[in-house]
Amino acid sequence: MPMLLTIRSLSKSFPGARALDQVDLDLRAGEVHALLGENGAGKSTLIKCLTGAYRRDSGEIRLDGAAISPGSTSEAQELGIGTVYQEVNLLPNLTVAQNLTFGREPRRFGLVNGRAQREEARRMLSGYGLDIDVGRDLGTYSVAIQQIVAIARAVELSGKVLILDEPTASLDAEETRMLFGVVRSLRDKGLGIIFVSHFLDQVFELTDRLTVLRNGQKIVTEETARLDRVKLIEHMLGRELAEVEDAERRRTDPEAKNRSELIRFENLGRSGLVQPFDLAVHRGEVIGLAGLLGSGRTETAELMFGVRAADSGKARDENGDVACGNPREAIGSGFGFAPEDRKTDGIVADLSVRENIILALQARRGWANPIPRAEQDRLADAYIQKLDIRTSGADKAVGDLSGGNQQKVVLARWLAMNPRFLILDEPTRGIDVGAHAEILRLIHQITGEGMSILVISSELDELIAVSDRIIVVRDRKHVAELTGDDVTTGAIVRAIAADDGAHK
Amino acid sequence: MSRFLARIAPQLVTLAAIVVLVTLFFPDFIQISFERGRFVGPIIDVLKRGAPVALLAIGMTLVIATRGIDLSVGTVMAITGAVGAWAIASGYGVVPALLLAMVAGLACGLWNGILVAIIGIQPIVATLILMTSGRGVAQLITEGRILTFNDPAFAFFGSGTLLGIPFPAVLWLLLAVAVTLLMRRTALGMLVEAIGINRAASALAGVNARVLLIAVYMASGLCAAFAGIVATADIRGADANNAGLWLELDAILAVVIGGNSLLGGRFSIAASVLGALIIQTIDTGILLAGFPSEYNLVIKAGLVLLILLLQSPNLAHTWRFLRDEAMRRREPEPELHTRKEIEP
Amino acid sequence: MTANARLYPLFATIAIFIAAYAICWMQFPYMLSTRVVGNLLTDNAYLGIVAVGMTVVILSGGIDLSVGSVIAFSGVFISVVLRDTSLHPLVVFALLLSVTTAFGAFMGLIIHWLAMPAFIVTLAGMFLARGAAYMLTIDSVPIDHAFYEFIKDSYYLMPGKGRLTVIAVVMLLSVAFGALIAHRTRFGASVFALGGGVQTARLMGVNVGQTTVLVYAFSGFMAGLSGIVFSIYTGSGYPLATVGTELTAIAAVVIGGTILTGGAGYVVGTLFGVLTMGLIQTYIVFDGTLSSWWTKIVIGLLLLLFIVLQKGLLKLTGTQRDAALA
Repeated sequence: MPMLLTIRSLSKSFPGARALDQVDLDLRAGEVHALLGENGAGKSTLIKCLTGAYRRDSGEIRLDGAAISPGSTSEAQELGIGTVYQEVNLLPNLTVAQNLTFGREPRRFGLVNGRAQREEARRMLSGYGLDIDVGRDLGTYSVAIQQIVAIARAVELSGKVLILDEPTASLDAEETRMLFGVVRSLRDKGLGIIFVSHFLDQVFELTDRLTVLRNGQKIVTEETARLDRVKLIEHMLGRELAEVEDAERRRTDPEAKNRSELIRFENLGRSGLVQPFDLAVHRGEVIGLAGLLGSGRTETAELMFGVRAADSGKARDENGDVACGNPREAIGSGFGFAPEDRKTDGIVADLSVRENIILALQARRGWANPIPRAEQDRLADAYIQKLDIRTSGADKAVGDLSGGNQQKVVLARWLAMNPRFLILDEPTRGIDVGAHAEILRLIHQITGEGMSILVISSELDELIAVSDRIIVVRDRKHVAELTGDDVTTGAIVRAIAADDGAHK
Repeated sequence: MSRFLARIAPQLVTLAAIVVLVTLFFPDFIQISFERGRFVGPIIDVLKRGAPVALLAIGMTLVIATRGIDLSVGTVMAITGAVGAWAIASGYGVVPALLLAMVAGLACGLWNGILVAIIGIQPIVATLILMTSGRGVAQLITEGRILTFNDPAFAFFGSGTLLGIPFPAVLWLLLAVAVTLLMRRTALGMLVEAIGINRAASALAGVNARVLLIAVYMASGLCAAFAGIVATADIRGADANNAGLWLELDAILAVVIGGNSLLGGRFSIAASVLGALIIQTIDTGILLAGFPSEYNLVIKAGLVLLILLLQSPNLAHTWRFLRDEAMRRREPEPELHTRKEIEP
Repeated sequence: MTANARLYPLFATIAIFIAAYAICWMQFPYMLSTRVVGNLLTDNAYLGIVAVGMTVVILSGGIDLSVGSVIAFSGVFISVVLRDTSLHPLVVFALLLSVTTAFGAFMGLIIHWLAMPAFIVTLAGMFLARGAAYMLTIDSVPIDHAFYEFIKDSYYLMPGKGRLTVIAVVMLLSVAFGALIAHRTRFGASVFALGGGVQTARLMGVNVGQTTVLVYAFSGFMAGLSGIVFSIYTGSGYPLATVGTELTAIAAVVIGGTILTGGAGYVVGTLFGVLTMGLIQTYIVFDGTLSSWWTKIVIGLLLLLFIVLQKGLLKLTGTQRDAALA
C-alpha cells in the first residue's frame, strides 16, 4: 500500500537538547496510527514539525510522494494536514456555524449570509452523527461535541492527514465512544489519522498501528494487534523485563515495617479526579507513586496538598485530624509540595534565588515577622551549596537559571521549611544526569533525618531506587501496592498494564 | 543603597533634565527664598502641587505590583474629601474628621479588593464601577454643593507648613518613606511582588494571596484618602465634581514613568513618586517657561509615547535578540534548556 | 430551539430598559410621548454613536480611552476651520473624519507593533487629542453657518409633535451600520475572534495586526462622527467639552450586555445601554426633586449588576478555567 505520509530522519534540536533524533514515521491512507511516549519523548515536537509550528533541522517529510516543508499551521492546513488539540482550538464565543466556516463565510453583497452559513455548517457536520443547533455558541456544547466540530473543520480544510493530539483527555466513556465512531468513519473514508494518547486501552481499541518515541528517538513501529500491554509499556518506559532487576534497588530497611505511622489519609478522593483511597505514611519512608501520565498520580498529590478540594475523606495523625483543605492548611500541617510544572506552579521567576528559597518559610512566619537578611543569606547560601545550585549568586533571578537549577531552588524552598511530609512530583524531570543522582541522594539523606516523602515519577528505575514501597495508579484509581521484594520493574509494569475489564 | 540609586537613576536623570530644560526658559525656576517663615519658589510649588498625584502613586504602585490597577482613586479622593469636609462642617473636630475620611478610603479599598480577590473580577473592570458611581456617592454627601468649611486646623493639611515646607509635600515624603520601610523592612514587599509575578506558585508556597490583594487595594484607598484630605483642605471645601478628576490617570502614568511594569512584579515607590514629580514639573514648568498651558497635554502625550517606546516588550525583545546574537557569535556555547521547556 | 446563552445579557438589557420605562410611565404618563422619545434620541445621539465604536473595540478585547477627547477635538476643529476658511461643512466633515480615522489607526498600529496595553496607548491618545484641541483654541467657538441652521431645522415631526432630528437618525443609522459590521462581515467575525483569544484567532487565520488597526480606526471614525453630531447639537466647539465621555460610553457598552473582556455582545444592546442611561437622566429631570448624582449611583449599580451577571454566565458556559489556586 502506498504511504500517505512518510517522515525520514527527522531531527530537531533546541539549545542544549536534542528533541528529535532521526525519527522515521509512515502513515498509510485509511489507518489510525497511534503516537506514544511519556512526557518529553518528542511527540509534541514531532507534531509541531508536521504542522509547521517548528522548522525541522534536517530530514524529509513527504505527503503523497511530494516533499513538503510547511512553514505555518495554515500552510500545513492547505497542504492537507489538519490538527485537533486537547484544548479545542476554536472560539467558544462564536457559534458552531461561525467556527466551521470561519474565513470562508458565504457572502452576499459583501455581507455574511447567515442562512447559507448555517446550511454550510450543517452540510459539514452531516456524516458525523451530530444533530445540534449550529446557531448556538460553541462554548455551550460539551467538549466532545467541540472536538467533533474541530475535527469537521480540520477535515474540511485539510482532508488528507488528521492529527488528534490527546483528544480524549477530558472526555467521559460515552463521549469517547462517540468520538471513536467519528474517527473510524473518517479512516474508512481514506484519511490518515495520527492519534496521540496516553490511554492505552484506547490505543488498543482504536488504532491499527503504533509508533513509540522515547527520548527523541523512534523505538518501534508495530501493528497494534501484535503487541500486548506489557510489551508496549516496556517500550514506552524503556525497561526490558529480562533486564537485571534491582541492581540499584534501595536496600529496604528491615525495620521499615516497624516504623511508626505519621499521617494516614482516609478515603480521600474527588469524583472525576481520583477515586477515594487510603494511604498510611510512616516516618522516614519514601513512597513511590507509579502510573502513566493522566492516571491520577498528580491528582493524588494535589488532593493531599489541598490544591484541589477533596469531596470525600480526610487526613489524620496521632493527635487527630490534620487540616489539608488548601495549600496554606497543608503547609501548616507540615506538608510540602514541589509541583510537576515548575514554571507555572513552582518558581516565581522574577524573584531572586534567595527570595524563592525563603518564600514558603516567610509566608508561614507572616509578613510582619521578616526573616533577617543575614539569616536569608545564610539559608540561601547553605542550600545553594547543599543542592549544588549553579547560579552566579543568591540574588540572581530564578527565571535566568536552567531548569534543573530551578527545580533545586523549589526543592530548597521546601527543605528550608523542614516539613514532616514532602510530595515531589517528577522531581528529576528535565534535569541533567549529574543533578539527577544528586536529587536521589538527597531524598535518601532527608528521609534519614526522619522526613517522609512521596515521589511521583515516570522513570521506574528511579522510583525503585528511592522507594520503600510503591503505589500504582491506573484510571484514576490506586490499584496496587508493592512492598519489599515485590518492588520490581516487572511487577510495576504488570500492575500498570493490568486490565481488569472495568474500563471497557 | 547603590542598588536603590541604580533603580531610580533613570527617573532622577529625567527629572534633572526637565528641571534644566525649564530653567533654560525660566531662570528663576530654581530660586528658593525664605519668606515669613516658609520657603517659597517654583520648586517648592512643584513639591506641594504634586502631592495628590504623588500620594496616589504610592498606593497605585502597590496595586500595579500585584498585576492590578485602581481606576477609582480619583473618585475616592472626592468621597474622602467630602466625608472630611462634611465631618468638619458638622462640627466633629479635626481628628474625627481625619479618621472618618481615612475609614472611608479604607472602605472603598475593601470594596475594590473584595471584587478583585474574592469575586474574581478583572481589576480594571472592578475599579471602574467605583470610579463611575463613587462621584455620585461623593455628591450625595455634599448634596451637590461645594461643601466649604472654615477650620484652620483642617486647612493646615492643605496650606500649612512644617519647618517652612508645605505640609502636603511633607506628607507625601513621609508616607513614601513610611510605606517603603513597611514594605522593605517587613516581608510585605516581597510577598506583594511574588503574587504579582506568579500568583499560582505563591499560593502553593502558602502565600495568602487573597488577603494580600485586599490589603493592597485598601492601601490604595488610604493613600487616596490622604490625597483627598490634602485637596479638600487646600481649597477649604469639598468639590465632589472636580476633586481628583482624572488624577487616577496621572497616578498610573507616574507609576509607569517610575519604570514599574503594568504586568506586575518588582516595584519601587521612590521611582513612582519621582514619576509624579516629573509630571508636576512638566505641568508647572510649561506654564513658567512661558508656553501656553495648552501645550501641556501634547507634551505630556509625547512623553508618554516616548516612555512606551522605551518600555515596549517588543522593543526590549528585539534588543535582547540582537544582543544575544552578538554574544552567540562570540561564544558558541549554548544555553542549557530542559526537556520540559521544549515540550510544553 | 433553545435560546443562545450569549443572548441573555442582551435580553436583560432590553428587559431592564422596558421595566425602567414602564416605571417612568406609571409615574409620569407623559414619558411615553413621542416628544420625550425624540428628545431621548437627540440628547444621546453623540453618546450612542461613540458607544458603537467603543462596542467594537471592546468586542475585540481592547479599550479606547481617547474618544471623549477626540469628540472635543472634532468640535473645535470644525468650528475653527469654519470660522477661518470658507470651506463647506461637508468638506470639513470629510477632512475631520479622515483625521480621526487615521488617528485611531495610528493608535491601533502602536498597540499591535509595540505590544503595549491598549489602556496606556489610548490614554496617551486621550492627552494628545485633548492637547491638539487646546492648541487650536482654548475658547468656546460658536458655529455660525447656514448649513448648520439647515440641519438643525430639518426633522421629521412624529405623531404627537415629537421631533425625530437628523442627528437622532444619524445615531440610529450608526447603530445599524455598526451592527452590520460587527455581526455580518468577516471583519466582524475577526473582531469577535480577537476578543475570544488572540492565540486561537491567529491559528484560525485572523490577521491580528490588520484587525487591530481597523478596530481602532473604526472607533476613531465613530468618535469623529460623534464630534460632528455633538457640534450640531451644541452649535459650537469647545476644547473642554465631553470630558469623561469615554467612561460613559464604556458604561453604556457594558450595561448594553457586552462583556468588558471582549468576545461577546451585541451592538444593538449598546443602543439600549445608552437609552437606559438617558432614561435615568430624563426621569430625574421629570421628578425634579431627585438630585443628579443618583444618575451616577444607579449607573454604577447597573454596571455591577451586569458585570456580576456576566461573571456568572461565564462560569455557566465553562469558558473560565478552574481558579482553585486563587
